[in-house]
Amino acid sequence: MAEKVIMLGNAAIARGAYEAGVKVSAAYPGTPSTEISENLVQYKDSLYCEWSPNEKVAMEVAIGASMSGVRAMASMKHVGVNVAADPLYTVSYIGANGGLVLVAADDPGLYSSQNEQDTRMIGRAAHVPVLEPSDSQEAKDFMKFAFEMSEQYDTPVILRTTTRLSHSQGLVELCERQEIEDKPYKRNPQKNVMMPGNAKGRHVFVEQRENQLIEDGCDFPINRIEWNDKKIGVITSGIPYQYVKEALPQASVLKLGIVYPLPKKLIEQFASEVETLYVVEELEPMIEEQVKSWGIPAIGKEIFTVQGEYSANLLRTAVLGQKLELKSPAQVPGRPPILCPGCPHRSVYSVLNKLKIHAAGDIGCYTLGAVAPLSVVDTTICMGASISSLHGMEKAKGKEYIKNWVAVIGDSTFLHTGINSLMNMVYNQSTGTVIILDNSTTGMTGHQDHAATGKTLQGDPTWAIDIPGVCRAMGIKNVIEVNAFALKELERVIKEEVAKDEISVIITKSPCVLLDKKRVYTPYVCDSEKCKKCGMCMKPGCPAMTKKADGTILIDDTMCTGCGLCEQLCKFGAIRKAGE
Amino acid sequence: METKNIMIVGVGGQGTLLTSRILGGLALEAGYDVKLSEVHGMAQRGGSVVTYVRYGENVAEPIVEEGCADVLIAFEQLEAMRYVHFLKKDGVLICNTQEIDPMPVVIGAASYPENILPQLSEEYTVYSIDAMNEAKQLGNSRVFNTIVLGIAAQHMDFTKEQWYDVIKKTVPVKSIDINLQAFETGYQLS
Repeated sequence: MAEKVIMLGNAAIARGAYEAGVKVSAAYPGTPSTEISENLVQYKDSLYCEWSPNEKVAMEVAIGASMSGVRAMASMKHVGVNVAADPLYTVSYIGANGGLVLVAADDPGLYSSQNEQDTRMIGRAAHVPVLEPSDSQEAKDFMKFAFEMSEQYDTPVILRTTTRLSHSQGLVELCERQEIEDKPYKRNPQKNVMMPGNAKGRHVFVEQRENQLIEDGCDFPINRIEWNDKKIGVITSGIPYQYVKEALPQASVLKLGIVYPLPKKLIEQFASEVETLYVVEELEPMIEEQVKSWGIPAIGKEIFTVQGEYSANLLRTAVLGQKLELKSPAQVPGRPPILCPGCPHRSVYSVLNKLKIHAAGDIGCYTLGAVAPLSVVDTTICMGASISSLHGMEKAKGKEYIKNWVAVIGDSTFLHTGINSLMNMVYNQSTGTVIILDNSTTGMTGHQDHAATGKTLQGDPTWAIDIPGVCRAMGIKNVIEVNAFALKELERVIKEEVAKDEISVIITKSPCVLLDKKRVYTPYVCDSEKCKKCGMCMKPGCPAMTKKADGTILIDDTMCTGCGLCEQLCKFGAIRKAGE
Repeated sequence: METKNIMIVGVGGQGTLLTSRILGGLALEAGYDVKLSEVHGMAQRGGSVVTYVRYGENVAEPIVEEGCADVLIAFEQLEAMRYVHFLKKDGVLICNTQEIDPMPVVIGAASYPENILPQLSEEYTVYSIDAMNEAKQLGNSRVFNTIVLGIAAQHMDFTKEQWYDVIKKTVPVKSIDINLQAFETGYQLS
């Protein structure tokens, strides 16, 4: 019997890729997709995998590999697919030589994202088939099926996962890797050079392919009907299938493995045999609208929400009308995520807060600077938007308007797309100030390397892109590097640079406090005799510090990392290193 | 058997993820079907964190729903209070008495609730322990989770030998002994 292990959904996706004989994988980290590449790298003796600077690049790397004749993949979070949309929409026309799979990880419930978009809609818009597994075993199996399908139908395939699947563990049977012989490369401009004349022809092909898939999909083994009582029939896919099984064990279920294009005859057959048909899908009514467009009566978003995750309880209430006797949750203070004790972003934000400077924000841990007590970040849109939106404000309101504004962006996000925005500032004569919060890693997603860390995903040393050098090469005169914890210098530099009628880049440097796990910290202590209870040290909101009943400060020695920010803020010398 | 529903709650960084993985490994070794649901990404940054473990003959959904948990393991008191309504009527709460102020409390916008455990004890079966203090007495504050697990072990379906095996397999070799001591401390308390 095959070995059974317990596996994270994302690890199972990686395992599926490995077993399918994938040779090239490219990705940019993003919750909930990151662990796919982190797991794939364990198979580096059999395949190549990389962190690319952004999802568009990752997608194009995978396309190139596929064109050359090997099985290739890219993986990213849902909003990353927007960045990769440009190549995706066109590679739909080109198709695949070696199998080409895009793994897109959606985030219903917004655990770690800026929106709740549904990648299935992008698959539909780009005419790229979308598969959706329901557990770890299927995640692995569907990856293998996706590569076969990609080659058979000459199409890229999207495997769509969601946070709940990616970050759940379930049992998986392991198989051997299948070594796939490289497909020969043949020059074929009609297929691979997408200029208008050729693309017209390929558009016809795309439509034929889709029609073929609508027919053939009815026999795909990844779709199945589970006949039961026919009073209630449910069409579902992905994680919601599990909620259906839990809440409606008596119902008949059409479990779809392919969610775009839909296997029309299979759906019609199922619908014709059940009394009441429900469509259970999280987020958009993607399946529901198509089913209804064929004149099939069904119940969907009339009773189900388009927001957040579903649950068995939700189905019990909505479908069965059960009144669940649940206790209401206690009214307790919330515990939102916060910057860690010792985080260098806190130090930089404490200065911006003091100077009453607004920050156009970006995507990363430092987005947390939007909340009290730091309350520095005013805006967050998407990767790289801090810089370009600050530029837009200046063009709208003039250079004086942004004298109390900066853009803040992390090192990884800067290299992702911020770099383009900075080029625009230079080219279009901006005078704004950009702060690159350089913590030497991709922090939020759990410390992935990037083009400026000097190390690849496979662990090899490499050239580290020189961020200040890049800024200077663009023609920016004011490029200043400052230690993120040197409060006084930081304050002086920020004041000087925002006052200038020239573009400035301030690079605040200090590694993410969680990066070096072996580091031993000497915590700080507060001398209650010297403490004047002024509360200055509490202003940046360090979670290691609490106010005691008498108003003096207690520093938790298990949480304090010895960053020294509070010591610098104390005017009375009450805070010192333990043991000094 | 009916599917057993376990929830582990705490503050990001307290080791809920590792604890749920230990339980997952245990259920697999014992021959059950098992599913775990974890939290990664932004929520981990000092936020409220919840992980789910379900094991039994055939497990469908990977989450534990409100009113369905058999055992709620809480590494922090406020988090116990936040999630206690997930417990079944006859469910068991195992709570580390540590208090960690969330940011609204730190900045004075809210206050930390008082008398959490006496209040919860009126409605539920509660086992509480100052595991941090016990762990410090054993010589390593980091084994506090293992003490809490020791208590929880009395309310699950695994033998002591199975627990010992999974601890030996999961923790670094040099801290096996102290973790077994920590487990025993909790196990005896229950």
